[in-house]
Amino acid sequence: MRIRRSEQLLGLLLLIVGALLALLPFLSIVLLALTPSGERTGGGGLPSSLTLENFATAWTRGGFGQALWSSLVVAVAVVLGASLVSVLAGYAFSTMRFPGRFVLLGILLVGLVMPYEGIIVPLYYLLEGMGLLNTYWALILPQIATSVSLGVLWMRTAYANVPRSLGEAASIDGAGRWATLWRVYVPVSAPAIATLGTLLFLYTWNEFLMALVLVPQNPDVQTAPLALSFFAGSTRNFDPSVTAAAAVIVALPILVVYAIFQRRFITGVVAGAVKE
Amino acid sequence: MTTLSPPRPGPARATGSAPRRRPLLRRYDWDAYLYLVPAFAFYLVFLVRPVVESIWIALFDWDGITASEWVGFDNFADVLADPQIWQATLHSLVFVVFYALLPTALALVFVGAIARIRVRGLAAFRALLFVPYILSTVVVAISWRWIFAETGPLNTALRAIGLDGLTRTWLGDFTTALPSVGIIGTWVMFGLAFVLFVSGLQNIPAEQFEAARLDGAGPVREFFAVTLPALRGEIQVALVLMITAALRNFDIVWNTTAGGPGTSTTVPSYFIYREAFVTHQVGRASAIAVVLTLLIFAIVGAVMWLTRDRDAAAPRGGTR
Repeated sequence: MRIRRSEQLLGLLLLIVGALLALLPFLSIVLLALTPSGERTGGGGLPSSLTLENFATAWTRGGFGQALWSSLVVAVAVVLGASLVSVLAGYAFSTMRFPGRFVLLGILLVGLVMPYEGIIVPLYYLLEGMGLLNTYWALILPQIATSVSLGVLWMRTAYANVPRSLGEAASIDGAGRWATLWRVYVPVSAPAIATLGTLLFLYTWNEFLMALVLVPQNPDVQTAPLALSFFAGSTRNFDPSVTAAAAVIVALPILVVYAIFQRRFITGVVAGAVKE
Repeated sequence: MTTLSPPRPGPARATGSAPRRRPLLRRYDWDAYLYLVPAFAFYLVFLVRPVVESIWIALFDWDGITASEWVGFDNFADVLADPQIWQATLHSLVFVVFYALLPTALALVFVGAIARIRVRGLAAFRALLFVPYILSTVVVAISWRWIFAETGPLNTALRAIGLDGLTRTWLGDFTTALPSVGIIGTWVMFGLAFVLFVSGLQNIPAEQFEAARLDGAGPVREFFAVTLPALRGEIQVALVLMITAALRNFDIVWNTTAGGPGTSTTVPSYFIYREAFVTHQVGRASAIAVVLTLLIFAIVGAVMWLTRDRDAAAPRGGTR
């Protein structure tokens, strides 16, 4: 069946325009960040010279080295913690029979649509009572909890694709339930676990509200988005070029990770969404 | 010992015992709970407990420090009678248009346009169009603050084409602030909708398109006869995710307009944050949080029901 050439061109044109619109806002702050502070091009035309000075200014004044490190610590801890507990719980839901299975699964489902706004106020007082406000734990523990719903359902689906015969073969070889999990189910599900990890990393890295509420007073544990928000909000730094440079600094690591793992990111988001 | 008997229902544990009917208690895998404990410990302490506590705190007048006073449902009555909260909720509903309906419609146009053609480099386009969704909302807000700024690219472009009369500080203007923040949401969510729909598109058997074309369907009829029905599931998922994001929108509002100018871009989550952590009306903040959560559940439920699979006789899928 022949498709008209005009239709081909129209489709391609739409995609090109769409891609340009998707990139333009970020590219415009990259350009702004490279523009010398004194020079205002008004967003039109190119600056006469480019400079990296704004990045240096933003880096030292905003303490973004520490903020990026904090983001990394929190994201890695949440990914490892949430993946581990999901690997275990998903195994029970996928391979075992026990009373309350469907009730427990139903309780987990609620977490998929629960807005953080609905828990953030008591969470603050809970963590205050534990003496954990303004520490890494204030960001790690709750975000493991909010990742559990997706993680467990994700692993349950992943294990369902593991051929039963593999698990049975292992148990005939004398492997107990625990050994079967680590020797058979986890290795076979490794790609699914990796995708889950990527997805949780992205969500944790970008989380803003929790950081704003739970670690507002300790710059040493503030994550990159929060540090950026404070930096952009303080009038002391009222130089758009420096603010733009700070935004680029914060965006760059995730963009680099995305460039490397974009397929995993996209399949992860699609699969994670369809699961919900 | 090896057995060649067919697998029996029940626990697949090779016990090596004689094939004898086991007592009821033994038919369950009691150690399952050991595997569940770590996940549920986190979930119960840091999610379920705060949910319940939100409702409890909402029944008190509390400043977060001194003793609280039981007020029953007064906070809820107060919130529901507050015109500022209603205005904020109305803004959220406007955001549903910008964050959910508009991206869905746009992404469907895109998908309709490429459904019949083979696009070289579709994966690359998909990756580029998805970039806005992976960026931190704070980075997004700062980018768009510049776009909409007095001397930013948008006004510069308008001046360049002689539309000086339209230039303004878009986020600082009472009439344009709300739609401007909305457009940011459209920009973020479009990539998500597009990626979801493209993945759905790839699951449509090519024969369906061929059959439609043999019947002489043009691109528009083909879209409504084949593409749109096949994407029902993806549209449902996209709408649920994007409507939830629209109703709980905090990050982008906070980092662009912080509710202003005046109260022209306030949203419920803005009041939750402000009353809980700035003005210390913790009970009232919790009441808003409970109402917002219920509203989100209700709207998500309604959307799932409206976009349900009407052709499916039985609920789809098994339990596994």
